[in-house]
Amino acid sequence: MKLINKSHVAKKMPARLAVNTICKGLFFLATLVGLLVLAILFYRIFTQGIGSLNGDFLQNFASRKPEEAGIKAALIGSIWLMVVVAPVSLLLGVGTAIYLEEYARKNWITTFIKVNISNLAGVPSIVFGLLGLTVFVRALALDRSILAAGLTMSLLVLPVIIVAAQEAIRAVPRDLREASFGMGATKWQTILKVVLPAAIPGILTGGILALSRAIGETAPLVVVGIPMFIAFLPQTVMDTFTVLPMQIYNWTSRPQEEFQQVAAAGIIVLLILLIFMNSIAVIIRNKFQKRY
Amino acid sequence: MELRKTETYSVQQMILEKKSKKKINMEKVMPKLLFLTAAISVFTTIGIILTLIFETFIFFDRVSIVEFFTEAKWLPFATAPSYGIMPLIVGTLKITVIAAVVAVPVGLATAIFLSEYASEKTRRIIKPILEVLAGIPTIVYGFFALTFVTPVLRDLFPSLDMFNALSPGIVVGIMIMPMIASLSEDALVSVPKSIREGAYALGATKLETTIKVVLPAAISGIVASIVLALSRAIGETMIVSVAGGSTPNMSMDVTSSIQTMTAYIVQVSSGDAGYGTTIYYSIYAVGMTLFVFTLVMNLLAQFISRKFREEY
Repeated sequence: MKLINKSHVAKKMPARLAVNTICKGLFFLATLVGLLVLAILFYRIFTQGIGSLNGDFLQNFASRKPEEAGIKAALIGSIWLMVVVAPVSLLLGVGTAIYLEEYARKNWITTFIKVNISNLAGVPSIVFGLLGLTVFVRALALDRSILAAGLTMSLLVLPVIIVAAQEAIRAVPRDLREASFGMGATKWQTILKVVLPAAIPGILTGGILALSRAIGETAPLVVVGIPMFIAFLPQTVMDTFTVLPMQIYNWTSRPQEEFQQVAAAGIIVLLILLIFMNSIAVIIRNKFQKRY
Repeated sequence: MELRKTETYSVQQMILEKKSKKKINMEKVMPKLLFLTAAISVFTTIGIILTLIFETFIFFDRVSIVEFFTEAKWLPFATAPSYGIMPLIVGTLKITVIAAVVAVPVGLATAIFLSEYASEKTRRIIKPILEVLAGIPTIVYGFFALTFVTPVLRDLFPSLDMFNALSPGIVVGIMIMPMIASLSEDALVSVPKSIREGAYALGATKLETTIKVVLPAAISGIVASIVLALSRAIGETMIVSVAGGSTPNMSMDVTSSIQTMTAYIVQVSSGDAGYGTTIYYSIYAVGMTLFVFTLVMNLLAQFISRKFREEY
């Protein structure tokens, strides 16, 4: 008895192989879609914005006239925002990660905290804005300050930092911890002097990526009520301010054609800032990350 | 004499002395302190839920909850205001469906290409580019939708309005595509090689192996990634605010102006609705609806990836 009808297989084989090749081509084309969109996006924004991008643009405040509009207040504001978000979110995020990885027992509280963090990561950013508006702006009466916006943003990026720090801490091998215990170090001494230094590159990389998310977010700040038109620089964290994405949003939603060019120039500044931060993250990752 | 004294000074004594010097016992304090930081994330969730519930209750004090869910008109700024959330939900779903039509096939095909067909070298080039695509701020996508995608679409379909559902829908699709590609690729890669080789040994082509063996084995991860990405599309704000318009309506037409739940919150927040007005509280009711939508989808994604995971 013949188990395989060879002629049948041979007859079908070219068609099957052809379909395979065609589909491979289709999959490849689909992959190119993403790359193509990215290229068009960069090209469009660059050609639209480069004309407005000059020294005046960086040094001027926002203006009703497109040719005089500048990004100074927004750029400085974004840096102020980072000054609040970086320490708050790193402290809370790394603390949580250390607790979960080193101290937490396997019980329902720990499971609850973990499930909660992954759900928090999926909450739309605009909902964090509603939280910030109610708790920080109104209840704690921080008004529309850098502090109120910064705390809102810190909570928003917290899950990103926690997950990155957890991974970094988990990657520190057991041997190091045990060697430290063997030398008589206590648990906290081991964490502070052995685990954290070994995990720092991973934590910093995650921290910078989280910060770059905070820099690009617009929606929560709109809800918190950060103004889009400001002609002064903040002096303390209690002052009101504006940030790059808010300024870009403001320019984008104006009907005049000229403001779109100004918006594109603002986007270039924002993208350069993001690329700069991400490059630092990549450098840290490549340079300091040890493989155990 | 001094020397002899130090000789009898034992290590145990040194340890004891050192321990007694410390005023705060770090070993006892730190776990509690760290637990507090971990609790902040729980308090954040509680804060979000309480905020939404309290303010939504005030809203439902003024507008009946029945009207909110059954009325087919969302006209908060009219002289005789009407608060029926359905038009906002329809707007949101229109964007989500269009985004899914763009992102699911492209994202899935990208994932299959990267995990099954591409060489290691190609993967190393393409994956970071997709990460860049995922890291672009949404306001930049909004600008792109309004100043590039909408004009191009209007050249193709002259009947398209300046603000419409199609353009932001497509761009939201582009935004969530890297998420589907990257998470699905992880699911595909984690299917063990031996299963593929089994299929090859039976004479299957690469495509047949992928479609009939690898995809079914990774289906839980793939479906979870799609659900997660769509929940992101529902919560997406700036793209739809910039390019979608602000006319809530129930029609299935994608060529005219719409409003999503998120865009409504932005519209009220960036205007001057005044603290304490019904319009002010309405953003919490809308935010609550949005929160429930995304929470259900996130829980669903977690459930799918846990329940239907094939273990190898």
